[in-house]
Amino acid sequence: MIAELGHFALIIALGLALMQSMVPMIGSFKGYTTWMRLGHSLSYGQFLFIAISFICLTAAFWLDDFSLKYVSQNSNTQLPNQYKISAVWAAHEGSLLLWALILAGWTSAVALFSRALPLVLSARILSVLGAISVGFALFLILTSNPFERLLPMTPMQGSDLNPLLQDIGLIIHPPMLYMGYVGFAVPFAFAIAALIGGQFDSAWARWSRPWINMAWVFLTIGITLGSWWAYYELGWGGWWFWDPVENASLMPWLAGTALMHSVSATEKRGVFRSWTLLLAIFAFSLSLLGTFLVRSGILTSVHAFAADPERGVFMLMFLALVIGGSLMLFALRGPAMQKVASYGGWSREVMLLINNVLLVSSLTMILIGTLYPLIADVLELGKISVGPPYFNFFFVPLSVGLVVAVGIAVFTKWKATDSRLLLSNIPYPLVIAVTGAVVLPFLMGDADSGYSITAAITLLLTLWLLATIVIDLKAKIGTNLARIAKLSRSYLGMQLAHSGLAILVLGVGMSAAYDKIRELRMAPGDSAVISGYQFDFKGVNPVAGPNFTAFRGQITVTKGNKLVANLFPEKRQYNAGGQVMTEAAIDPSLIRDIYVSLGESLAEEAWAVSLQVKPFVRCIWLGGILIGIGGLIAATDRRYRRRNKQANNREVKA
Amino acid sequence: MNRLALFVPLVVFLILSLFLFKGLDRDPTELPSALVGEAFPAFTLPALDDGRLLTEQDLKTQVTLVNVWATWCFACRIEHPMLNQLADQGVAIVGLNYKDQNTKAQSWLEQRGNPYLFNIVDAQGGLGFDLGVTGAPETYLVDAKGVIQYRRVGVVDQRVWDDEFKALYSELMGEAK
Repeated sequence: MIAELGHFALIIALGLALMQSMVPMIGSFKGYTTWMRLGHSLSYGQFLFIAISFICLTAAFWLDDFSLKYVSQNSNTQLPNQYKISAVWAAHEGSLLLWALILAGWTSAVALFSRALPLVLSARILSVLGAISVGFALFLILTSNPFERLLPMTPMQGSDLNPLLQDIGLIIHPPMLYMGYVGFAVPFAFAIAALIGGQFDSAWARWSRPWINMAWVFLTIGITLGSWWAYYELGWGGWWFWDPVENASLMPWLAGTALMHSVSATEKRGVFRSWTLLLAIFAFSLSLLGTFLVRSGILTSVHAFAADPERGVFMLMFLALVIGGSLMLFALRGPAMQKVASYGGWSREVMLLINNVLLVSSLTMILIGTLYPLIADVLELGKISVGPPYFNFFFVPLSVGLVVAVGIAVFTKWKATDSRLLLSNIPYPLVIAVTGAVVLPFLMGDADSGYSITAAITLLLTLWLLATIVIDLKAKIGTNLARIAKLSRSYLGMQLAHSGLAILVLGVGMSAAYDKIRELRMAPGDSAVISGYQFDFKGVNPVAGPNFTAFRGQITVTKGNKLVANLFPEKRQYNAGGQVMTEAAIDPSLIRDIYVSLGESLAEEAWAVSLQVKPFVRCIWLGGILIGIGGLIAATDRRYRRRNKQANNREVKA
Repeated sequence: MNRLALFVPLVVFLILSLFLFKGLDRDPTELPSALVGEAFPAFTLPALDDGRLLTEQDLKTQVTLVNVWATWCFACRIEHPMLNQLADQGVAIVGLNYKDQNTKAQSWLEQRGNPYLFNIVDAQGGLGFDLGVTGAPETYLVDAKGVIQYRRVGVVDQRVWDDEFKALYSELMGEAK
């Protein structure tokens, strides 16, 4: 009964989405104010019914209703309650429902906060979002219905949630990621509405900026969480694998990053207009492409849990309609490349252009690397895979260039920068960075690693970026720290995000340079020393968890006779499916992680054990989070809100 | 001229979607049919443990699974416990250590257990090329005469084993006796 209610609510939501995609749009052409206003209430209605549908599916999981095929495939009576809820979005059908829910949520948010916008524009934006929602609702109902029943052969027990996914990381990582993916639908809808109406001035850019920022913030946090989850849950200490599905999330992020930089130039100086529109289309198109790649099974990936060609065809048609249609609209109505504003050699415009060229180059090479196996296959060139070496070869130099450019850009001004001013700012951070890069690796390295060039380059980049930020801040506030409150939130957000980038680079580079991994055979009483830490293996005991049994090892870590940590890595066997999982134990700190995991049981009480010391690895995620918070602060800049109030007042007076 | 430039993204996308559409019909985990029913390609390569030279003749003694793996391979780590289980059940598994380093490969096996009868070291990827290996892991079912009977690209887990390998494997074992 609950399931039928959920199914029914989904169909009603589809009907509302259909109306939303047409009524306000037609109204905007005919000038019917009531039709245009209807977009707002339709958005709320659609959100309500998709939410009902989502709650019904969640209830089916909570109540162990295995007559639902989707529930029986992804849950089990023994599954702890919090995972019964996260299992809702653990596989294809539920993820799509979550996707639709989030899209309806963003649409309602646009309806709620878009009162300051001209009614014609907001009506068209809501219509475009409604049309996207129609596509997803149809996809759900026609090919991926989560409410499909297994009757009359109802299983007594479900086949359990994939143990890899039984984790706090999975509870929050996909919703965050989807908030980002789907969030880019909003700037996309802004771009389409602008193309239809032929209005893409700086007011348009200012309205769309907070939405771009917010979607980007969620995507940043989502990717960071995913990387963190892979690090501790997969059990061997890596944090990025250039897997097609990871690439699928990185590509819209790079497009979104390029977009938020180019739109700032569009707002302030009216330049890069067609480019900004194109990036807004790209960011969402790449989100859709990512979904297509993951869900069609067209590429092999560890994430691709279920592939179904029928779904692939539907997704591809949807993709062709949305991306092809919007690019066609862009080609027909896009603003011709104009030479309105002029800017000089070292202007901020030029730096933003460099930023965009580097980001889009990275994006292109990832796209090529991800799709190359497929293209080679279609062209009968044989089945080829592109590994991490390809991605690192291109991505690392491009990122190095980007970090250098960010440091210079902070000193530049719109239109033109006085070259003397620029040159007077550069030597100081350069000296700090070069000195640090040359000297510090001597102090940090040990006999094994020696003088690390990787560490030197990393320190050069991190110190350069941090020093330029500090110097620019000092130029703005002098010695009076209280004046920091007077700076705009966009400026503070930018500087925080750029500091996050510096810290991220530090984490990536230092952990690559000084990572220590020892894989050894250990019996109780054995010990090993790595980077000054002594690891004592105390033995392994059987323990029982809620839905698994495990061998739990104990390893005591000491440094100079002082206890650092007691670590308990586990080797788990899940009851329902019999899968074996390695659960690593980590002693985290900002400057180093100690990471231990159990391998195979060797003989009697001896086990293969992996011991790792990973310097600064935590900075990777700290940096990611700072980047996200920076974007959030920038999105709340007073400028966006004040405009809204003024516009409201105007409307009231009118 | 400027207006024509605006069509570039559309054209690029149309070409791309053509490839995506063609790619839909192709299952990336499926074997190019050419190799099924063919003899395992000839090779002379060292063994991982002692460096003795192995050839395709070493595969002609019994029904074997040839598993392509490497320490750099992300999914191989997930697959490994399953291989250990199969080896415990008496399935003969031969490793093809693909574009890897011997020391890393050896410590991997110490750490995670060794399900392999022996490992062929294909450091240059030459044998992998002859096999048409697209990446690791890949698994080939080779009968007692050294003829490839099945190929799987991607991880072999319990479900894949039950659905795709088990029946064929039992059949081949029956024939071998």
